[in-house]
Amino acid sequence: MGQIIVMTSGKGGVGKTTSSAAFATGFALRGHKTVVIDFDVGLRNLDLIMGCERRVVFDFINIINGEAKLHQALIKDKRVDNLYILPTSQTRDKDALTKEGVEKVMEELRKEFEFIICDSPAGIERGALMALYFADQAIIVTNPEVSSVRDSDRILGMLAARSRRAELGLEPVVEHLLLTRYDPHRVERGEMLNVDDVLEILAVPLLGVIPESKEVLRASNVGLPIILDNESNAGQAYADAVGRFLGEDIEHRFIKPQKRGLLARLFGRT
Amino acid sequence: MATDTENVSDRDASFQLRGGSFTLMVLKLVDPASETFFARLGDKVRQAPNFFRNAPLVLDLDGLPGNELIDFADLKLRLREHGLITIGVQGGIHRHQEAALRAGLPPVPAAGRSSKLDTVAAPAAPRPASPAAAPRAADSASRPAMVINEPVRSGRQIYAPGGDLVVTAMVSAGAELLADGHIHVYGALRGRALAGLAGDTSARIFCLSLEAEMVSISGLYRVNEDIPPAIFKKPAQIYLKDGYLNLDPF
Repeated sequence: MGQIIVMTSGKGGVGKTTSSAAFATGFALRGHKTVVIDFDVGLRNLDLIMGCERRVVFDFINIINGEAKLHQALIKDKRVDNLYILPTSQTRDKDALTKEGVEKVMEELRKEFEFIICDSPAGIERGALMALYFADQAIIVTNPEVSSVRDSDRILGMLAARSRRAELGLEPVVEHLLLTRYDPHRVERGEMLNVDDVLEILAVPLLGVIPESKEVLRASNVGLPIILDNESNAGQAYADAVGRFLGEDIEHRFIKPQKRGLLARLFGRT
Repeated sequence: MATDTENVSDRDASFQLRGGSFTLMVLKLVDPASETFFARLGDKVRQAPNFFRNAPLVLDLDGLPGNELIDFADLKLRLREHGLITIGVQGGIHRHQEAALRAGLPPVPAAGRSSKLDTVAAPAAPRPASPAAAPRAADSASRPAMVINEPVRSGRQIYAPGGDLVVTAMVSAGAELLADGHIHVYGALRGRALAGLAGDTSARIFCLSLEAEMVSISGLYRVNEDIPPAIFKKPAQIYLKDGYLNLDPF
């Protein structure tokens, strides 16, 4: 049976979709058959980040409504084997996500995939609730700033109280913290919370720290999951985090400011 | 303590103004003009006369039809004949609220901000089958503490009615703990903690790291800003003494 993983945060703009794309691609690169689902009905973005927006015919909502078969809607990634994308509808809203409909799709996907990544919308309303409801594991995406941390805390509370596992009294959802857009220089100047501050408030095991990187925006704009950019710090950090998720013991990098050489300063590559 | 000088001057004052929360009987009005209204009410009162004698009462106006004019002064008098003392109204439309106010019945804010509180508080209301001292007996019997073993995250509200609340993990900013008895937090307390909610002035709050947004005992409160720096993030207990809220380190 496949594992359902929700990528969630409460707050918007912290990097949920970027992280969903990176983890899905990372799992697939390591040979795990993976599907990533866009739960942000009405604000469809995952297909852009994954670079498959020109191949969307049917979507998640069509499947829920029984208007198409699952295999008609799943988009196979062209770059990586074992990787599939299930885009959502841009014309509908979150009310289209019925619990019964989502459950049916999840059960079907569980039989076929090892990892099912649910890319949650921001907020704590229906879309976010449906994205986390069936989760076995949760990756909480947080930026090192107080409002993001508090919203993550709220979402952790909802995972513990309103997920299917909580309602049925099963083993709780396994929680992981992914700290994104981390700028060690700004942390050192006291402009951002540091890793320990965030861990103290949230008390969730740290899965990875993704450094702030210009490459992320560039990769998004060309539809390339950042993890495929081996050169970038962010890409490497995601690869480490995927390894840790799969049980490997990998030391955290990019937490301390790195001394930048003259050439690096001149060319400004971060 | 930072506010010592203020406290001394307060002590000499001839009165103290503070908040309190109470469990009150609510009478939901559906059709007070009905001929059977007072007959039925009389039957109810006769089942537990001691309970209803001089009992304070709040009228719930939500069920009233909008076009009906209510004579609240008359209603108040007739309810008094049955032993009930009407002290205010709850809900309803503006027109009814104004009429009630003219009869000396102010709107009473609903307890708590969540419906959760209301439902938990409800069982304290009358139980006609077992008259007289039943509610008192329930108060004096010891109740087991409510124990929470996982972190209390932002946005969650936990109420331990009639007893103590023990949390063996941290309490996040934006979370709220309510108890009629003591509150114990074996972790950092970053949210709100309100002990002695029903008015027990001997209730206390204990925590391993005091970073609370607000602490309150029996209606007296301190917000985060008022916590002295010397005790901030330290193990502490909060209690009432001589009518003042004390925050002491361990």
